Amino acid sequence: MKQFIQDLVTKNHYKSTHLLQVLRDVQTRYHFIPEGAITQLTELLNVPRTQIIGVIEFYSFLHLHRQGHYELLISDSITDHMLGKHELMAYLSEKLNVGIGKVREDGLVSLDNTSCSGMCDQGPAGLVNGHALTRLDKSKIDTIAELINQEKPLDEWPTELFAVADNIYKPDLLLNSQFTPGAAIKAVFERGIDATLAQINESGLRGRGGAGFKTAMKWQFCKEEASDQHYVICNADEGEPGTFKDRILLNSYADQVFEGMTVCATIIGATEGYLYLRGEYLHLHEPLLAVLQQRRDAGLLGKNILGQNFDFDIHIHLGAGAYICGEESALIESLEGKAGIPRNRPPYPVTSGYMNKPTVVNNVETFMAAANIAINGGAWFANIGTEKSKGTKILSICGDCAKPGIYEYPFGTTVREILKDCQAEDVFGIQIGGPSGLFISNQELDRKLAFEDLATGGSFIIFNNTRNVLDIVYNFTHFFAHESCGFCTPCRVGTSLLKKQLDKIHDGHGSAGDIVALEELCQLVKNNSHCGLGQTAANPILTTLERYPDLYENQLKNISYEPGFDLDGSLATARRMANRNDAAAHLEQIEDELATHGTTSPGAQA
Amino acid sequence: MSKTITIDGQVVPFEDGQTIMDAATAAGVYIPHLCHHPEYTPHGSCKLCTVKVNGRNCSACTFPALEGQEVLNDTPDLNADRQKITQMLFVEGNHFCPSCEKTGNCQLQGLAYHLNMLDNHFPHFYATRQVDASHPEVMIDHNRCIFCTLCVRASHETDGKDVFGISGRGLNKHLIINSPSGELKDTDISIDDAAVHICPTGAILIKRTGYQIPIGQRIYDHQQIDQVSLAREHHQDEQ
Repeated sequence: MKQFIQDLVTKNHYKSTHLLQVLRDVQTRYHFIPEGAITQLTELLNVPRTQIIGVIEFYSFLHLHRQGHYELLISDSITDHMLGKHELMAYLSEKLNVGIGKVREDGLVSLDNTSCSGMCDQGPAGLVNGHALTRLDKSKIDTIAELINQEKPLDEWPTELFAVADNIYKPDLLLNSQFTPGAAIKAVFERGIDATLAQINESGLRGRGGAGFKTAMKWQFCKEEASDQHYVICNADEGEPGTFKDRILLNSYADQVFEGMTVCATIIGATEGYLYLRGEYLHLHEPLLAVLQQRRDAGLLGKNILGQNFDFDIHIHLGAGAYICGEESALIESLEGKAGIPRNRPPYPVTSGYMNKPTVVNNVETFMAAANIAINGGAWFANIGTEKSKGTKILSICGDCAKPGIYEYPFGTTVREILKDCQAEDVFGIQIGGPSGLFISNQELDRKLAFEDLATGGSFIIFNNTRNVLDIVYNFTHFFAHESCGFCTPCRVGTSLLKKQLDKIHDGHGSAGDIVALEELCQLVKNNSHCGLGQTAANPILTTLERYPDLYENQLKNISYEPGFDLDGSLATARRMANRNDAAAHLEQIEDELATHGTTSPGAQA
Repeated sequence: MSKTITIDGQVVPFEDGQTIMDAATAAGVYIPHLCHHPEYTPHGSCKLCTVKVNGRNCSACTFPALEGQEVLNDTPDLNADRQKITQMLFVEGNHFCPSCEKTGNCQLQGLAYHLNMLDNHFPHFYATRQVDASHPEVMIDHNRCIFCTLCVRASHETDGKDVFGISGRGLNKHLIINSPSGELKDTDISIDDAAVHICPTGAILIKRTGYQIPIGQRIYDHQQIDQVSLAREHHQDEQ
């Protein structure tokens, strides 16, 4: 192992910013991070062991304890559940003889849940040693179980298990554009850097991650910061459940994305860029590296690009299972090899970002749009859309519809039109922008896709009338509690309290005051949290409670108070220690007392 | 003319580079806080110092003071949220004031008094946490850690040692110790370290000193935390 770690660190130039990348490779090789590796990395990278352990325990894909030789993770997104995930997981667990969240005794396989793996249009989905598995069903699980029990290496597994489809059903302005690699960079040099920025400004392009900050303004701010180095970062940590459009852009339009980054680099004066790719998209890593190499070979990356005395190159860093790293300052922390904890702002990344240098962080789709605007000009883009939302938006549509996949629409398109195209019927409601967005009912189908109405990073999850709102909200609320980074009190404790309070109602133990308490807690978490995760974690509850108060009320018990504390459950340990198997015995005692004295004991009233 | 902000209508001067907390402390205005300490890099995690700046919630300990800001601090709404955040800290860990040797000297408890916290409001998590009594002079009761990271910062910034770190995610957040065994006895911590003396709660304790001052004669038994905090930190600012 010593040699393996030494080689790994050498390959990573002894950079502590590569800690996460190094740990990913150690995990892949040993299926955990051995104590010896931690000690060795402490010395080689000159970082305290507390930081190394802090990173390991922060990211879901890294482990201090040995996982199976085959690490199986099944996506726990609501859309996977709608496609029968629960039953499949049970089948998988039984077939492989391994508990959920456990490692099989022989160490061959481990099984667990993972947050949305970005295959919502082709679920139920999973990951085996980081590689995406799609359209899982019982017959595929039989195959997988057999392959694992035979200890077949992954590269000998049938490729159909790993098949990932693009599913583009409605291309428009961007997805239809004819693109020659290098065209956007040439256009920049012909038109001039300032003139290109003016075109991007004229296009009205706003960030496609969901927040909608004006792209030209962000680039302008970064450009104006005096510094010896500027950085361009592409945020491909597409973790919002129900979102998968960046996967398609990186699979089939990578040249345009990289070219958009290069255009940005010419404008802000960067020589280095990073693509932060979510760990769940490991299958795209090698192909993307190949595209980068082609671009270097074609003189579109590296030294003296197109003979214009302009140097710029792009590196790819992989994430390791942390939704919070989609937040730009958490992403920067992660790129620096640390736990993904959002920074205090100000300063903003345009002033002090990666390595405390001025940095532009934009979404994959934003860079792709920028490349095309550089070629076609601002008006080409600005002529489409609405007053405040120019151009088109690429949507990831999934859930209850006949054609889940990728759709591109001009801003201003109604929800009704979108539902017609993807053939959704009997619609109950739609989650717009993922769990952090909002839930709209079937009474709001004339609302429009636009920053001024329904802003979205691209997630569009459709639910039909057979679905239960509380099940949906339960899934989302658990997701946020799992993904909270834990930095600030309101989110760390608040998201777990939201989970407790919602579970109480969901499981039928809620009583009169519980909805009011739930709503108060939502406001507290929303108003006091450090970053967007906490500020939006209560949205699933708040937006459904506003629309369907009766569905929540119906779940309540018709009594004034029901404790959240489960006395019988809490006595389980004591019963086990005393060798008793008479669950609920204390309830009988109360009944006895009632029969004898006609009243409950004071304890029972508490 | 020096630059000014207003806090609850009171005009407060500031210098460039100061945070709202710095300016407030210098002017004798108390903003509740637990993870903030004037000697260390602001952290902004406990969120007790949340104030409204021109209508927006900001952490006073990290947000820079800027000319003309209208800051709301001591308002019923903000104090109600602060009380709830304090209650969150109480239910997250295992805090039993009457049996804690830090009682009366504990800032978490002092703040709870100040915010008129009369119950825990939220359901308890009953977290399973360990006690590290391995070191001959210093002990850690993880049940009382609130992840303010003051010990982490003090060990790094003052002691130059990195004895402590924060690990885990979400509610699994925990304080870790920089030694292969994970125990305090195998670190180079010393009783003179700033990190040993900075804990606002009873998580890091010096052994055999817990009851030298009797309960009833301790800091917050007789004074409010706002007065204690201002007296201490205002003084530190001047140094």
